[in-house]
Amino acid sequence: MNPLLKSIFSTEFAFAVIRVMTPLLLPALGVAITNLAGSVNIALEGIMLIAAFFGVLVSAFTGSLFLSLLAGIAAGVALAAILGYFHLKLKADIILGAIALNLFAAGFTIFMLFLITGDKGSTSSLKSLVFPSVHIPLIRHIPVLGDIVSGHNVLTYVAVLMVLVFYIIVYKTPLGLRIRAVGQNPDAAASVGIKVDRIKLYALMLSGFFGALGGLYLSMGYVSWFSRDMTAGRGFIAIAASTLGGNLPMGTFLASLLFGVVNAFAIYIASLNVPSELIQMIPYLVTLVALTIFSLRTLRKRPAKKEEKKLHVDEAAL
Amino acid sequence: MSTILEIENILKVYPDGVIANRDVSLRVEDNTIHAVVGENGAGKSTLMKIIFGITSPQEGTIRFRGKEVRFKSPNDAIRSGIGMVHQHLMLAPDLTVAENMVLGIEPRKRKLFLDQEETLRTSKKVSEEYGLDVPVEKKIRDLPIGVRQRVEILKALFRNAELLILDEPTAVLTPQEVEVLFKTLFKLKENGKTILFISHKLKEVKQIADRVTVMRDSRVITTEEASHLTEEKIAHLMVGRDIAGDRLPPSPALGDIRMSVRDLCYVTDENIRALNNINFDLRAGEILGLAGVEGNGQTYLIKTLTGLLEPTSGDILLENRNIAGLSPRQVRELGLSHIPEDRMDDGVAEHTSLEENFIVDRYYKQPFSRGIRLRWKDITSHSMDLIKRFQILTKNSRTPVGSLSGGNIQKVVVARELSSDPEVIIAAQPTRGVDVGSEEHIHSILKEARDRGKAVFLVSADLDEILKLSTRVIVIYNGGLVAHFPDASAVTDKDLGPYMLGVKKEEGSSGKIHP
Repeated sequence: MNPLLKSIFSTEFAFAVIRVMTPLLLPALGVAITNLAGSVNIALEGIMLIAAFFGVLVSAFTGSLFLSLLAGIAAGVALAAILGYFHLKLKADIILGAIALNLFAAGFTIFMLFLITGDKGSTSSLKSLVFPSVHIPLIRHIPVLGDIVSGHNVLTYVAVLMVLVFYIIVYKTPLGLRIRAVGQNPDAAASVGIKVDRIKLYALMLSGFFGALGGLYLSMGYVSWFSRDMTAGRGFIAIAASTLGGNLPMGTFLASLLFGVVNAFAIYIASLNVPSELIQMIPYLVTLVALTIFSLRTLRKRPAKKEEKKLHVDEAAL
Repeated sequence: MSTILEIENILKVYPDGVIANRDVSLRVEDNTIHAVVGENGAGKSTLMKIIFGITSPQEGTIRFRGKEVRFKSPNDAIRSGIGMVHQHLMLAPDLTVAENMVLGIEPRKRKLFLDQEETLRTSKKVSEEYGLDVPVEKKIRDLPIGVRQRVEILKALFRNAELLILDEPTAVLTPQEVEVLFKTLFKLKENGKTILFISHKLKEVKQIADRVTVMRDSRVITTEEASHLTEEKIAHLMVGRDIAGDRLPPSPALGDIRMSVRDLCYVTDENIRALNNINFDLRAGEILGLAGVEGNGQTYLIKTLTGLLEPTSGDILLENRNIAGLSPRQVRELGLSHIPEDRMDDGVAEHTSLEENFIVDRYYKQPFSRGIRLRWKDITSHSMDLIKRFQILTKNSRTPVGSLSGGNIQKVVVARELSSDPEVIIAAQPTRGVDVGSEEHIHSILKEARDRGKAVFLVSADLDEILKLSTRVIVIYNGGLVAHFPDASAVTDKDLGPYMLGVKKEEGSSGKIHP
């Protein structure tokens, strides 16, 4: 058997897929919830970066995992709230605001990095804690399955749990109902006394929370340091994942899994004698292809509807 | 009988100086169906907005159930027991009927969670209580418009509305749905509710209202028992005008047919027949006036004639060429020009200069462009010429159009449309919201075009304008032509009123008129 194929059909590969999926799934949930509220947040890239940075920083200086978790989440939610302030209070375009915050986060983290460590590349001089890996009792002993799903970083399990949390918030709480109503018809929501801007702010802050967990995973789970621009476009792939997943919890999960497979594949193929630049293109290429297929499918549904209408009219004319 | 709502001496002036309500007083008796009728712009909608707390009046008092109220927002009105069904329904399409009904006051369990059983149960309960059947578990998106409206009514009832305001509820419904709605309203009345509804369809008013208030020119003309009024009487009260301006002298010469419309139909996406077998001819040297209450198909007619909408069926012959479905540019190239009814949305680009607005329909032609370059020297001199000829008040030709007054913006549109030397001019509401001086000027421009042998199709909600300018008049009602007056000079607004309001029809049914 081909060594590449062999390694792809291994439990290690499946394990890697889940590992790689985690920092896509969390921001994808963040994008999805703002999409449902009608003000899509594309600043997940910046949110992850800021959270990743502050997590490492606080962990290096306090040695407390709990405090670094709090710091990362606070930083992510704060950045999302700033976007909310720009968009909802100052009435700025949310896309422009998000782009500005993404650029700000990139520059700010490098600046702080240099200020604190004297290094513009990474925090390798700081000793960062890492969120622990967890072996699931019983399941870890099941062959194949145990090798794949057990032994991941605790934040990976948190990410999967967040799919459930997302589902409950959106479909089982008054807040979720209001988020959906605001996204679908803000006038209708306002007409029954719902404060549209406040609901949108809550959705943005939730996206900050999801994104922050993703960022923390990157710097304190995936690796154990912060390096410049370490999100590497994951916040943008997350937008594609939530769109492909129709902003549904399970859909977003599956779409993230798909991108996880592609990313893992790119990592594996790197062992072959292929230019690495070419390999690094693969996840983004797949994103483009997936979005194109998705759009074509949606487009094809529309003219079908029009045909239907034409028929209707003809009947009416008869 | 007690009074549920009492309004006294309301004055409402909008920031732009338009007086929408002056000295408006109205009493609504408990447990009645009360209709407010009037032409567009008569002030009905403003009055409803005031009652529901969407906007507040400068003067006047409102008493609800004997207590003076001052609503700062619709929420205050809802809390007091007033509900409103807007013309554009306020529903979230992907939520279920039940979810829409409880939105904002959701039943909870364990404080944090939505109680879905209770949501369904209470929605069903309200729907059964009033005998208004709705599928509570279905998404709004999957329901026909009539059912959606019923959901909107239930939404108000769920919030304990005692007085229900409906803003032209039948405008979006099919005749069958209207029947069902009326049954619903009667049921609500049986249940002790009071209904206040806006309409300009007199048949409907006679059919269901106990009392009728007629509004005209921002004032209440009268409130009477519906049984004391006939449709003709209401129509007369609604349009009865005292001042009719001078009429234009007749056209020097009536020429050949320039445009023929044959069996034109347009069916909207909502499957409503907006235009129903429209037939007419437009001749050189005449102004053909189209009278009608707004919303009876005028906008669709204008849009199909000018290439903005493709008609569902029928032909539009311009100089013997069928232009139905051609693009606006193709239609314009064939010698048609269009003064659109909404100058800010369709007439000008408000942030760009007069110069750019003047050439927007011909920038690609000589002498305004050569190759890929615009020739600003020629554009400027063309613009200066138009500003002088049409007496447009502006600092210079590079001023953004949006900074001019309404009358001058309209003159910019008229100047552009007439300077292309068209054979056919579609003029929609050409003087809406402009000052008297500009109105006069635009009228004289249209007259001059007529005298030079151009064919003018005038669509206006202003009857005085129609009667002043038109050579002939046709009347549109409910998407069909219902009357043709070959000699406009012999017509008065009292002749037009009954046709405009659907009380009278020539030859029985629409579609038969063929001027």
